[in-house]
Amino acid sequence: MFCQECQQRPATVHFTQIINNKKTELHLCSECARKHQELAFTFNFEPTFSINKFFAGLLDSPLFQVQPVSAPECPNCLLNLRRFAETGRFGCSRCYRSFGDSLTPLFRRVQGTTQHTGKVPKRAGGKLSIKREIEKLKAELHQAVQEEAYEKAAELRDRIRALEDKLQ
Amino acid sequence: MSIADTLNNPYTKWMEGKGPYASIVISSRVRLARNLTDYPFPHLQDEETGRKILELGRKAVMSQEMEAQVGKMDFVEMEALSPLDRLFLVEKHLISPQLAAEEGPPRGLALSEDEAVSIMFNEEDHLRLQVIYPALQLEEAWELASKVDDILENSLDFAFDEQYGYLSCCPTNVGTGLRSSVMMHLPALAMTRMANKLFMELSKLGFVVRGMYGEGTEARGNLFQISNQITLGPSEEEIIANLAQVSRQVIEQEEMAREKMRKEGLAQLEDMVFRSYGILSNAYIISSEEAMAHLSNVRLGVDLGLLRDVQLQKLNELLVETRPAYIRKIAGKDIDAFNRDFKRAEIIRKSLAKI
Ligand SMILES: [Zn+2]
Ligand SMILES: [Zn+2]
Repeated sequence: MFCQECQQRPATVHFTQIINNKKTELHLCSECARKHQELAFTFNFEPTFSINKFFAGLLDSPLFQVQPVSAPECPNCLLNLRRFAETGRFGCSRCYRSFGDSLTPLFRRVQGTTQHTGKVPKRAGGKLSIKREIEKLKAELHQAVQEEAYEKAAELRDRIRALEDKLQ
Repeated sequence: MSIADTLNNPYTKWMEGKGPYASIVISSRVRLARNLTDYPFPHLQDEETGRKILELGRKAVMSQEMEAQVGKMDFVEMEALSPLDRLFLVEKHLISPQLAAEEGPPRGLALSEDEAVSIMFNEEDHLRLQVIYPALQLEEAWELASKVDDILENSLDFAFDEQYGYLSCCPTNVGTGLRSSVMMHLPALAMTRMANKLFMELSKLGFVVRGMYGEGTEARGNLFQISNQITLGPSEEEIIANLAQVSRQVIEQEEMAREKMRKEGLAQLEDMVFRSYGILSNAYIISSEEAMAHLSNVRLGVDLGLLRDVQLQKLNELLVETRPAYIRKIAGKDIDAFNRDFKRAEIIRKSLAKI
C-alpha cells in the first residue's frame, strides 16, 4: 500500500477513526506522517452564530427604525435598548425586566430557550419551588384525568389547592 | 497558602497528574457568573461602586462559615499586584486575562489555600467563581462550586429571575451562569487530522473547542479546551453530565488512535518520543513553540509507557514554567527574547534531570 498523501513511498503509519459509526482510515509514509504532525494544526470550531451580527440586525429592526427615541430604557442604570444592542452587555440586573419582551428573540437565538430550570437561590427558592411543584402536580393531574383515575385526580386537586393557598 | 505564596510557586492543584483519565485530561474547570441585585455591572460602574462591590465580596468570602466548610481564603485587590504577577496568575489558570488587565474598574481576587477555588470580583460580572481540579472531575468541581455559591449567597443578594435564572452582564452567560470546561491533550487525534472532524461534530452538539496556548486558531502542544456553549435551559447537572459524557467519548477516540499508532507504527512513535525527550533534556536554547511541541511528544511517551521515569505532574508544571511570565519572574522582567529561550531550555533540562 502506498502513502495516501504523496502516493510515492510505502505507507507505514496507519490511523483509524470512528465517528458516528463511520470508519475512516488514513495510511501514510513516515515522512508524510511527520509532516502532518509538524503542520500547525489549525481549526475553528466556535458555533457560527455571531452576537454582534445579531445585535446589528436588531438595530435595523422596525422597533428602532420607527421610534428610535422611545427605545425602552432601564430606570435603574439608564441603559437603553439601543445601547444594549450596540454593546451586547446589560447595565444592571434590572435591565432584564426593563427591556421586557424585546429580549425574547435574542435569548431564543443565543441560548435556544428562554426558561431557566437549574439552581435557585434559597432566598428566592421558597415560592419558586412551590410553583414548580404545582406545575408538576398539574401535569400529573392531567395524566390522571386522561386515565380516568378520578380518585387520584381529586387527591391531586386538593394538593394543588393547598399549595396555591401557600402562594397567596 | 496565601496569595503571596501563590505568586512564588508555579505548582498548583490542577497539575497533580492524578485522577480519572489523568493521562489525557489535564484539568476540569467549572465557572459560575453571579451579580448583585441592582448594582451597575462593572463596565458601567463608578470607582465608588466598584470599591463597594469589593468590600461586600471580601466580607462574604472571609466569613467563618466559608472557613469552616470550604477552608481559609485569602483576598487581594488586583491593584496591589504587579502586572507581571497578574500575568503569572493567568498562566497558572487561576484568573482570567480580563481580571489581570491593567485598565478597568477596581477588581479583586479571593483564593482558597489549595488554589482550587478562585473568586474573581468585578471582572465582566460582579463575581466569577471558579473551581479547577486535576483530571476529569467535573462533578466534583461543580459540587464544590455550588457549595461555595451557597455560602456566598447567605451574605450577598445575587440577582435572580424566575424566568432567566441568574442574571449576567452578557446574555451568553445567563441562566445557570455555568461554563464548564476540560483541558485535554489530544496528540493522536491532532496528528491524524481527525480532530478537525470530531470538533466539527462537537460544535454541532453545542460545545466550543479552543486551542489552549497559541494565538488565534493554532493549538500549540496539542492541548484543547472543550466547554459548553449554552447556559440557559438545561440544569447545571445536565450541563456537567453532557460535557463529562462528551469528554469520555473524545478520550475513547484518542485512545483508539493511540492504540492504532502503537500497533502499526511503534518504531516511528518511539523515534518521535525519544527524539523529543533528547532535545528537551539537552537543548540550551528553545522557543516556546518548540518546547510545547516536544513536551506534547514526551507526554504521549509517558502515557504510552515508553518513558517510565517522567511524571505527569512535572510535565504539567512545565506548562506554566515555560511561559513568559514565570521566566520573567525568575530571570528579571527585562529579559530579552534570546535570554528567555536560553532560560526556558535550562528550566526544562533541570526539570527532566531531577527525575
Ligand atoms: Zn507520503
Ligand atoms: Zn439596568
